Amino acid sequence: MKTALPFALALALTLLAAPVTAKGDALSEAVGKYEILANSRIGFRVAQVGGGGISGTFSKFSGEFALSSSGISASKVQFTLFPESVDTPDNRMENFLRSSAVFDVASFPMVIFRSTKITQTSATSALIEGMLTARGITKPARFQASLMSRGGNKISFQVTGIVRRAPFGMDVGTPIYKNEVEFDMVLNGKR
Amino acid sequence: MIRNSDVAYGSVAIFFHWSIAALFIGQIGLGWFMLEDTDPARQFWLFQWHKSFGFLILALAALRLIWTLANRRPVEPDSLTAFEKIGARAAHWLLYAALFVVPLTGWAIASASPLQIPSFAFNLMVIPHLPMNVSQAAERFWADVHAVLAYGAAIVAGLHILAALRHHFWLRDGILLRITRPSASQGTRK
Repeated sequence: MKTALPFALALALTLLAAPVTAKGDALSEAVGKYEILANSRIGFRVAQVGGGGISGTFSKFSGEFALSSSGISASKVQFTLFPESVDTPDNRMENFLRSSAVFDVASFPMVIFRSTKITQTSATSALIEGMLTARGITKPARFQASLMSRGGNKISFQVTGIVRRAPFGMDVGTPIYKNEVEFDMVLNGKR
Repeated sequence: MIRNSDVAYGSVAIFFHWSIAALFIGQIGLGWFMLEDTDPARQFWLFQWHKSFGFLILALAALRLIWTLANRRPVEPDSLTAFEKIGARAAHWLLYAALFVVPLTGWAIASASPLQIPSFAFNLMVIPHLPMNVSQAAERFWADVHAVLAYGAAIVAGLHILAALRHHFWLRDGILLRITRPSASQGTRK
């Protein structure tokens, strides 16, 4: 569901390269089109009343981000998640999440995020804003990305963000389960 | 009158009887329907309503027990045969026990389930899980016990209703009115 990684990537590149003086050169080192690797981790958590909550991961996704030579703000991220791949400690929970009650994977097999604006927030972090489409509904969403590592053709970002599920018609279970879905992702990219 | 007399039930006992009766009948229907429902979102909510009403029954049953212990029990009319008295007492005790064990076993299902779905009664109050072993096997076990006890109680309740209708429409002895009219006991309390 999150596609903030690309932004973070761009940010990280800038940082690594020499943020202050040689921005163009630094960026040029990391500039390129990155594919989000399958060893990335898409984790989520929904808190519940009385403490605790549901947490899980999605194992099937794809995406890419382009770090532009013009800078982070010109970079782009696109991310596609297949909610059918949801993984939680309980099989019934997974089937419920796949069902018409939540993701309705039979009708809407993909959740898509496209960045519309990336803003650098520090030497190694960026705010990624974009449009998130789930269950056929498109709403704005934002994620924070921070550079974890970079080397060779690879780069990794931690991407976090909170998405309210009710606007996407996924409000089942509230207020027992909170409206806010907390995403915590590690996106590994390779160009 | 509010309290029971030797020959009739007071208004509080009558309130407990009919409110719990209505909730119990509703829960039997809801419990059956929610398991058959094929809409997962609606099914989730039906389960939560069933849990909420179950906790309400348990709370009412506890209050009813206190009230019953603090009140005299109206005597059975002399017109009843020994067999009828035994049958009526057995049904009453079984139904009374069911008001506790059926909700408690339902609570056990929610507590034992690996889903660990919070019990948020009427979206007002979090009811903690019972301290017990959490596993799918334990959940299944308690679900089976709950269903057997609930439908067993429904059968006893059905016999109880048939007996009441027999008294009212066939024997015409007015026994059913004891649980509908608190005033029937007026002036008879010793």
